[in-house]
Amino acid sequence: MKLVKNGTAGTMESCDILVQVEKTDGKKVSVELDSSVMSLYGNKIREVILETVKECGVSGVKIVAVDKGALDCTIRARVKTALLRACESTEYGWNVK
Amino acid sequence: MHEKQRLRRTMMFIPGNNPGMMRDAHIYGSDSLMFDLEDSVSMAEKDAARMLVYNALKTIDYGKTELVVRINPLDTPYGRADIEAMVCAGAHVLRMPKTETANDIIECEKVIAEMEKKHGIPVGTTLMMAAIEGALGVINAYAIATSSKRLIGIALGAEDFCANMKCQRTLSGAELQLARQTIVLAARAAGIDALDTVYSDVNNEEQLLYEARLIKDLGFDGKSVINPRQIAPVHSVFNPTEKDITKAKKIVAAIKEANAKGSGVISLNGKMVDKPVVLRAQRVIELAIVSGIITKEEVDAL
Repeated sequence: MKLVKNGTAGTMESCDILVQVEKTDGKKVSVELDSSVMSLYGNKIREVILETVKECGVSGVKIVAVDKGALDCTIRARVKTALLRACESTEYGWNVK
Repeated sequence: MHEKQRLRRTMMFIPGNNPGMMRDAHIYGSDSLMFDLEDSVSMAEKDAARMLVYNALKTIDYGKTELVVRINPLDTPYGRADIEAMVCAGAHVLRMPKTETANDIIECEKVIAEMEKKHGIPVGTTLMMAAIEGALGVINAYAIATSSKRLIGIALGAEDFCANMKCQRTLSGAELQLARQTIVLAARAAGIDALDTVYSDVNNEEQLLYEARLIKDLGFDGKSVINPRQIAPVHSVFNPTEKDITKAKKIVAAIKEANAKGSGVISLNGKMVDKPVVLRAQRVIELAIVSGIITKEEVDAL
């Protein structure tokens, strides 16, 4: 997938995460994270974000995320939605795995 | 195929784009959870809600709770994607909103079967239920209820129904009487469940209890709820009473005694027990077991 614009998904509500994705030059993937549970789960959240970006096959992107205690499944959903929106794609990748 | 026959006293609505409610929705004891991708989600967030519910269903362990997803109608740009995502996520039941004819169900079933085949899921795994939310749907209730073997039940959606009927919801429920009776009659004739609409004032437990008693008396299997606080009052109405259970136990014991004697006639206190009474007693016992009021072992020991 290729980013054609910036994309956003999620909210600042409790248990959610607001994810903004921005197209950058080069192939680097960077994550700027602010979380209400940063000291305990910051590394784990960052890991889930990076895994999701990789699964989507996206590079050259900056992710800005504000986490309010989201579960891993919510983080994955919000990152993927933001990326799909930024790529104007409908490659949802539904599967039974 | 997921479990078609089961207890459905309560089905709790969870807005599809609300991760906070999704996380622990099952701990309140609702028999079914209904994740909503339709009316509670704005047009701009349909994709986000679908992705969120898909990931939640694949990840969160909801225990034995039945997982229902209300999808968008097929004539919207979201219906097909909703079906594919929820079939893959393993939703037990897809709820079709605003069902007006049997064909609405048949068309949805075709898409469900197509997605099951595409993803290597045995065809027929995903169950369906139909929400009837307008005059035409009520008139076609029996045709809808018998339109697919996947159907577990039909439900009344009162807000849209009243808008369609150009009437207001009242405390007595007079405006819904014919629709409720038609739906429960159609469901019983088709051998599936009848599920009632929501009562949306969460602060008025008295009226919720009134509605629950009314629909139980009409023959409904359960009611949709919108808040965990509404679960216990509805269950209290649907659960059999101590008196019902004691009577049913005596009848079940009499059945066992008759069977042991090889007698076709069941009698209790010198009176013959008719078949409808036997069926009602068995229903009370089943309900008491699944509600956790008595155990199967207690019944076996009778």
